[in-house]
Parts: sequence; C-alpha cells; structure tokens
Amino acid sequence: MKITLGTVTHPGGSRVNKTGAWRTAGKPRFLHKNCIACDVCALGCPEGCIFGTGQRTYYANEDFCKGCGICASGCPVHDIEMIPEGGEDA
Amino acid sequence: MLKGRMIQGCRAIAEAVTLCRPRVISAYPITPQTLIVEELASIVADGGLDTEFINVEGEHSAASLVLGSSAVGVRVFTATSSQGLLYMGEVVFNIAGMRLPIVMINANRAVSAPLNIWNDQQDSISMRDSGWIQLYAENNQEACDLVFQAYRIAEDHRVMLPVMVCVDGFVLPHAFEVVDLPSQKEVDAYLPPYQPIYKLDPDNPLTMGAFTEPDKYMEARYMIQRTMEASIPIIEEVAREFKRTFGHAAGGLFEKYRVDDASTVVVALGSMAGTTKDVVDDLRNKGQKVGVLRLITYRPFPEEALYEALKGAQNIVVIEKALSLGGSAPLAVELRSVFHGRPASPKISGFVIGLGGRDVTTDDLKYAIEKAQQQLINMEFIGLRTDLELEGINA
Repeated sequence: MKITLGTVTHPGGSRVNKTGAWRTAGKPRFLHKNCIACDVCALGCPEGCIFGTGQRTYYANEDFCKGCGICASGCPVHDIEMIPEGGEDA
Repeated sequence: MLKGRMIQGCRAIAEAVTLCRPRVISAYPITPQTLIVEELASIVADGGLDTEFINVEGEHSAASLVLGSSAVGVRVFTATSSQGLLYMGEVVFNIAGMRLPIVMINANRAVSAPLNIWNDQQDSISMRDSGWIQLYAENNQEACDLVFQAYRIAEDHRVMLPVMVCVDGFVLPHAFEVVDLPSQKEVDAYLPPYQPIYKLDPDNPLTMGAFTEPDKYMEARYMIQRTMEASIPIIEEVAREFKRTFGHAAGGLFEKYRVDDASTVVVALGSMAGTTKDVVDDLRNKGQKVGVLRLITYRPFPEEALYEALKGAQNIVVIEKALSLGGSAPLAVELRSVFHGRPASPKISGFVIGLGGRDVTTDDLKYAIEKAQQQLINMEFIGLRTDLELEGINA
C-alpha cells in the first residue's frame, strides 16, 4: 500500500477501508419471516450496506455495518432484531 | 553604484509577488503586513496582474481560501502577521500536511497580550513546528529575492511544502531602500509555471486531507520530516541557481559575515543581523575576532551545516526576538543540541532582545557579546528597564 503526498486518496477508498469493526452495540439479524420487501431497511441504512431483491432476501454487509439499529427500529413488520456480536450471521 | 530603485519595502515585495504570477491572492489586513496586500490590491486593480484577489473576513478564511485554491492546482499567495498567523494556525498546519506549496509573507510582529503592533519574531517562531519551511530576510532586497526562491523550493516535486518568508515588521515593509527587481522575462525563466502532482478536478476526482487512522498517520508525518531534511540541499541549490541567474547572492541556509577566523560568533535571524554586522566591524577594528552567522533557513534547521560553520568558535552569542515562555531562548536551545555529544563544544549563550519593537542598539549587542565572552549565559533579557516596579517580581 502506498501513502501519497498529503495522503491524497482516489475514489473507492471506502470500499477498501472496512468499517464493520467499529460496531460496539450488536448487529442486525434479518428474520426473513414477515418481510414485505418494502425496502425501508435498505433506504434507511446510513452506510448503504443493506441489500435485497425481494421478500425474505435482505441482508447487511457486515464489513461495513456499524450496528446503529436504524433498520431494526424502522422495519414496519418487525422482521429485524439486533443481536450481540458473535451471534448468528445477519 | 547600486542598481535598482529607491522603493518602500511593501511595494517592492508586492512587485516581487506580482512577478511570480500567483493566480489567487487572499489575505486579511493586519499591521504591519497591510501595506503589502494593499500594494498588491492596487497592482491588481490597475490591471498589472491577472489574478483573483479575494477579500475575506479573517485570516482563518484567507488561509483556507489559498489552501483550496492551491489544491485546485494554481499558484497562490497570502500574507499575514502576529495574531493573524495565530488565527490561521489550524490551517497553517493543514497546508503543510496536505503538502500544498503555498508561499506566505509573514511580517513579524509581537503577539498579544499586551497588545503590541511592533516587531519581534514570536509569531513565526511559534509556528516552527507546523511543517512550513521558514526563511528570514535581512533587508527588502532579500525579502524580494526570497519570494522568488520560495516558490521554486515549495513547488519542487522533491519538496512540495509551503514556505513562509519572514520579514521584520515595520523594519522592512515600511522602510525605503534601494531594491533591484528583475524583469518579468527573467523571473519567468527562473520560475516556470506551477505543475501540481495532484489537483482537485471534477473529471478526475480525488480526496485531499482525508481522515487517517493510527495505522497511517505516523507515516504521513514521517514523510514531512524526511522531506524537510531532504530539502536542505535543495534550498542551497535554489540559492546557487538564483545567483547564477540574477548575479547577486540571496537565500540559502545562512550568511557568514567574518565568521571563518572568529572566536566569537553572533547568531541572529532577520534584520538584527544588519546592526550586528556594524558591531562586528567596530569590534574587529579594535582587534577582536568576532563574526555574525545570519540564519536564513530556520526550518528545516540546517544542523550539519551549522556545526561545520560554527565548530571553530569558542563563544556563540544567540540573540533572539522570541522566547519560549517557561523554557528558554528557542534558537539558543536548538543550537546547543547541534553540538551535544560532538567534539566541538563552544559556549552557547542565549539573549532575548527587542521584544515588542524595543530598539536593538549597538550597545545592547556589545553588552551581550562581552557578557557571553566572560561567562556562559543560559538565557538573559537584554535592554530591560530598571526604573519600573514590576508587580509580583520586584515590588
């Protein structure tokens, strides 16, 4: 890895710089039971790291999820819960 | 016969800056820098320079504006003094960390409180750790010559660091002296257009001054330190080429005046060296082996060259217009570290003089030299009044 003069960085740096390790308050678990594919979890995610293509397909990319819990509190059908780190995969 | 014109320092410096063709100028007026930017403003208003002269509401903004403009890839200029430099402080460090080759004139002035608009060097000395190269001018001719050299040094791809050209407030910008300024053609030949390594460009986006975690920050600072060290021969090279091009010497690491056989050498920054040279001539006429080393490049601190230049002296007399409150005379302290653990070990005395514009007289300098020849002085104030009651000290 190269450190440039003035630590200039090119676009795409945040893909390499994984911030998932910043999580301190648990992570989301997608229950995949009541999901209606409304996309609220993905739209509300401040990291833009929740993806899904239809009912019961949503997941968070843990390399970037900071565990803020906005997806779980915003889900209209309570299909996401926050679980401690080291629990089941999201 | 002297070449050049009888001209006020501020005008000469403004014309030198003009000859460098900065594309953006931003500054906030502060005494004693004001006249320099006023002269620049009138040159721009008269159509003498194609630049964006941008007025701002304070020095923090002026520094931020030239930071952003330099990041876009153009040559820029700013100037300040005293409180203005301190108010810029955050951005001053950023400019160096972002490796932007900005040139700034600092008209050296005392720092508040008490409020004082006159000359000493506390302002720029307080910024010595910011990552800027610092050059100190003795007179207006050199102030102008250092402006040309400053852009050459800063924009050299082996350097890419900002340069602060320090001129003693009032003593230089307000004084009329004969200054010989080169033609535009000559300056264009010496100073080619600025070629940035990185620049902000919407078609090729990048981030400057990005957040850096503990795993990379230290390397970025290490890179500045190593570059500072590596810039010492580049500063000498730029001065040599200047002399070849313009026919007279200016800049470099330091100027030696009657130093080579001297047993006592006075070390000074800026305009004080002029008075000191007269004192040296006087003492030489009386048979004393005295000389002056006028430090021009204070950052990077040219340790090896200073050791070589001063190792033959028995007494070194550092006179400074700044101090590290609660510490000592900063240049004397740093000079002592040059000799620490080496074969030559001259006595290095430190004197604080001329704070807040108090005159630096030939008698003051003679007193300091005589005192240092008798005994090692860690730090002493020269020229303190004895007719005043100082509450909490002697009252």
